[in-house]
Amino acid sequence: MDYAVIVALEMIRAVAWLVLLAAGLAIIFGMMRVINFAHGEFLMLGGYTVVVSTGAGVNEWFAILVLAPLVVGIFGVIVERLVIRQLYGRMLDSLLATWGLSMLMIGGVTLIFGNTVQGVATPFGGVRIGSYQMPVYNFVLIFFAAAILLAVWAVLKFTRVGLIARATMQNPNMAEALGIRTTWVYMATFGIGSAVTGLAGGLLAPVTGVVPTMGASLVGQSFITVITGGAAVITGTLSSATVLGSISQATTFWAGPVYGDAALLVVALILLRILPQGITGRIFKRAL
Amino acid sequence: MEKPLTRDPGFWIMVGIGLALLVLGPIFIDMFTIMQITQYVVLSVFALSLAYIWGFGGILSFGQAAFFGLGAYTFAVSSISIGDTTLPLVLSFAIPAAFGVALGYFMFYGKLSDVYLGVVTMVVTLIFWKLANHTAGPEYSIAGVRLGGFNGIPSIPTINFPGQPDAWLDPAQLFRFFMAVLVVVYVVLRILIASDFGRISIGIRENETRAALLGYDIRRHKVIVFALGSGIAGLSGAMWATYQSFIDPNAFSMEMSAKALIWVMAGGVGTLLGPILGVIGLQWLTLKLGMMELLNSLVVLGAIMMVLVLALPKGLVPTVKSACLAGWALWRRGRGVSASAKKVTSDD
Repeated sequence: MDYAVIVALEMIRAVAWLVLLAAGLAIIFGMMRVINFAHGEFLMLGGYTVVVSTGAGVNEWFAILVLAPLVVGIFGVIVERLVIRQLYGRMLDSLLATWGLSMLMIGGVTLIFGNTVQGVATPFGGVRIGSYQMPVYNFVLIFFAAAILLAVWAVLKFTRVGLIARATMQNPNMAEALGIRTTWVYMATFGIGSAVTGLAGGLLAPVTGVVPTMGASLVGQSFITVITGGAAVITGTLSSATVLGSISQATTFWAGPVYGDAALLVVALILLRILPQGITGRIFKRAL
Repeated sequence: MEKPLTRDPGFWIMVGIGLALLVLGPIFIDMFTIMQITQYVVLSVFALSLAYIWGFGGILSFGQAAFFGLGAYTFAVSSISIGDTTLPLVLSFAIPAAFGVALGYFMFYGKLSDVYLGVVTMVVTLIFWKLANHTAGPEYSIAGVRLGGFNGIPSIPTINFPGQPDAWLDPAQLFRFFMAVLVVVYVVLRILIASDFGRISIGIRENETRAALLGYDIRRHKVIVFALGSGIAGLSGAMWATYQSFIDPNAFSMEMSAKALIWVMAGGVGTLLGPILGVIGLQWLTLKLGMMELLNSLVVLGAIMMVLVLALPKGLVPTVKSACLAGWALWRRGRGVSASAKKVTSDD
């Protein structure tokens, strides 16, 4: 019984983990059809923001929930202005350029902070479930994954900003004809996507530790989740995170974390063979 | 429309330069430089693998390092356990090519778009890298050869004469052998590109729908192109492994894939000469900049990549070529104008 609860909670945690890793990327991909190859390094930047600011005596929660999204969001806006904007409509070029950015960021951060793992204290202790122990922080991760998805859904569905965003997503030319500055929408989207990524990076920092190359070990999961999900931000991320998260967690229980990743890829490849546009390319087509 | 290959002077010049280097290089150039050039030769084969599938097949693979590393590990394991290097060289082409067929099947028969293709190939590389790093324990061994995790596999044998495991090639012979491989790969690719098969590839690159409507099976075609590129990348990985006599999971690194992309981008997509020049230029540049110790190689690579995409999207060789052609046309027109001006005066 206890074991069943633990397994179920671990499954949910794995799903939440993928949601956190992928949400920012999914927002950008869903709106702009741009894949940010420096996504992993944006996560890393969020992590470093937390490390540096807590080192300077800032409250850890303030650093995770406010500073990390803020710093990475602003960085995202700058990147959009200087790089992404030049390459609209040239998707492959934007992949290459952001890949260059990713290497530049890894190299730059290594120069500044050195190639060592910096730990962040994990808040809260563990909680006993029967004869098993589970970190309370897992519930924090699950909570924020749900909160991010809910917030994005509510903004897209109920606010005027969300309406403009959805209009631009569906038909940028028509939106422009109706007086919407789509370039601003794209800039805001990239900024918000980056901010969400920064928040995720801050939240994951206590679990993964922070190191310049941390992006490379996380980014694969983000990419797989987003392309398997397809273009719809909420439904896509949630459905693919659920499928992939539970399968990879099951494999991890059975064979270890590295094989969990490999299983993720194999499942994603098979899914993409059947549904080339991702899950929401065929099913839940009109969902958000 | 296009000249047949045998009448293309550029082709014969390239082959001539390659053969001249092969024969005369070790005679006139000192051994240290030869070993340095050997490295360029190996990486040039790797660059050609991507130059072919990207430039002449329209397949932008972000995971060429996956096949490079697979070839390197295949060679390392099989040559150590067999003792002779002839069969391992064949295997290091065949196994990555077979893996390329498998991956290509999922990607091309699933009709993944360009962006998805890039992401999938990249993720495959990342997972190989993770798996290879994870194989530290003694339980991870193939045919008695431990994979060694992030420590890699040491003491990989040098190439030997077929059937004579003790007759290793000396550095000059190794250089000649690798140079011969490079020339053969170049010639095979040129012949392939000039053949009907190559024309169809280029047609697919230009317009997939049109090629499909003309009755070509673009999916099967792309799988073949991709697998061939994978095999060549694997072969270059094997050459790298024996050249260094050591291989570690960094063969699978993103940096390796990125380097291949940068060589091709710098040299120009759609040429075979350009990427080779890209290898020479970029390796030389990273060597010089690496000595400064101020910047690490990732910063340099990242900056070059961004500049290439943003400022020189066509690459160096095509840019210089079109600049030369424009200059040539201008010069011709200048002469033409003066000639016609003379004509006008004589008419008067």
